[in-house]
Amino acid sequence: MVTETLQLDQMPRTQGMRIDMRDVCHEFTLRGSPLPVIDHMSFTVDRGEFVAFLGPSGCGKSTLLRLVAGLETATTGQLTSEGDRILGPDPQRGLVFQDPTLFPWRTVWNNIAFGLEARGVLRGQFDRVNEALELVGLSGFKNAYPHQLSGGMAQRVALARALVNQPSLLLLDEPLGKLDSLTRMTMQGELLALWQRTGFTALLVTHDVEEAVLLASRVIVLSSRPASIKAEIVNPLPYPRHRDDSRVIQLRRRVLEFLSMDGAL
Amino acid sequence: MGSVGSLTTDVKINSQEINTSALRRLYVGVWRMGLVAGAGWIVAAVITVQWPDAATWDCTSLLARLEFLVAGILILASAVSVQLPPSLAKLRRFGPWLLAFPLLLTAWEIVTAKLALLPLPFFAPPQSILQVYIEDWPRLCASVMASVLLLMPAYFIGVIAGFGAGVAIGWSRSAYYWGHPILRFIGPMPATAWLPLAFYFFSSNRTASTFLIALTTAFPVAVLTSSGVSSVNSAYYDIARTLGAKQRFLVLKVAIPAAMPDVFVGLFMGLGSSFAVLVVAEMLGVKAGLGYYLQWAQGWAAYANIYAALLVMSLLFSGLITLQFQLRNRMLAWQGGLLRW
Repeated sequence: MVTETLQLDQMPRTQGMRIDMRDVCHEFTLRGSPLPVIDHMSFTVDRGEFVAFLGPSGCGKSTLLRLVAGLETATTGQLTSEGDRILGPDPQRGLVFQDPTLFPWRTVWNNIAFGLEARGVLRGQFDRVNEALELVGLSGFKNAYPHQLSGGMAQRVALARALVNQPSLLLLDEPLGKLDSLTRMTMQGELLALWQRTGFTALLVTHDVEEAVLLASRVIVLSSRPASIKAEIVNPLPYPRHRDDSRVIQLRRRVLEFLSMDGAL
Repeated sequence: MGSVGSLTTDVKINSQEINTSALRRLYVGVWRMGLVAGAGWIVAAVITVQWPDAATWDCTSLLARLEFLVAGILILASAVSVQLPPSLAKLRRFGPWLLAFPLLLTAWEIVTAKLALLPLPFFAPPQSILQVYIEDWPRLCASVMASVLLLMPAYFIGVIAGFGAGVAIGWSRSAYYWGHPILRFIGPMPATAWLPLAFYFFSSNRTASTFLIALTTAFPVAVLTSSGVSSVNSAYYDIARTLGAKQRFLVLKVAIPAAMPDVFVGLFMGLGSSFAVLVVAEMLGVKAGLGYYLQWAQGWAAYANIYAALLVMSLLFSGLITLQFQLRNRMLAWQGGLLRW
């Protein structure tokens, strides 16, 4: 029997990471002509903040995370982490996609060990893999292959794989988007517990208003493509938040209003 | 109302099943198909030994004795099949084949040895093939050895070359620019077309054949490997890079493992065409191996030897492909589900 509760005691704390975006524009080239995706965007995320980006689908939210991850370089503008320009991917900035994207040829354990192995530090750090595995409650599945896992389990493994590097920033690209609503609610709680316990900075991209309001300490509403910041809503409500709390419902309504102004909903 | 009715019939069926299950177990215990197949082999044996041959063959009675032996084994296995270990119990799946085989064998026996309906030197009866195995087995074994010793090193050279080229072409832009046109124009040419040149360029026919087998293997392996590597889901690379993977690690630990299912398709195709080149090379230049044996037997109009060698060849090549599939299933266990061929 597998316990799906989080084992947070061993998780080391991080300082979190400060992210600065200054006047960033980004465009793709589509059939020879430029397609603007991000339009003059500036924001700052402080160490240990949980910021949710909300926007209509296709607005460029995922591109935003790819820029912060260092997988792409912004066309113009400046993007820094702790004052240093982001020039490429870094294990300090972990990424979780909507699809778990586990390496199907690796067992659960070996998927989680990937980051340590890639950095050449796996030898002697097996404990860290085991801890990450325990953290997401999947110790019993360490020898399973990804095709044997349910959607929620696979996404937990993806989370553990990102966390094994002890990142100070976690980029979450609709990580719960494809899960059934029950698993989704459980994992929202787990994500929150992980964040509170370890102190990383979290950037969450989602189009689920309720999820943004429940998890984030600040919600940034984006316009449709090219994405620009339409509103910033600071969410001071204490954790744990409940979805039927009247203040949560009120906040949700306000965020929805900002979103629908654009005619996106 | 309707649902209640169907429920009661279900229950009735269940109780009937319980009543008959003990009986059925006893009934199923005897392998009936095995008994029928055994009877088929007895028929084959009786026809072989009782019906006089149209010409003289030394091994007719030996063939009949072997057929009786198979019949005996099958009937014994049928009787004790409840106690058979699971590995032997698998034999049951082949029941219909075990019956069809003696029937076909007997039909062949009748039209060749008994009635001589088919022109004789070309259509050898079963007992003449049996005779080849008894008299000529040392030469057949030597031929198998020679074929394997020529094929295996050449195949491995081809696999390594094709795999290396495929990874490079699939991964690197410049390797693709220079390698892909070569692959496109050289690859589709049948390796046998190079034979006249190869026998001239290389110091020995053996080296020439090794080169040709390697060439014919390398082409499908390279094509499939490169397409496998270049079609790897880019999200794997993204995730790997954010986890700290550098170029070398991406190739070795992401691109190659992700491409392995395609690589194995290439290995399968390469093995198949390597057989073709092997046999042609042995027929035309290398004076050893199963291909040479066929050539030699044809020269003597020894058609029974040809059938015997073809049978050995089919077992050898089929065995090699099976071996490769087992390797594939072991290495690609992560895909879940075995692939049979």
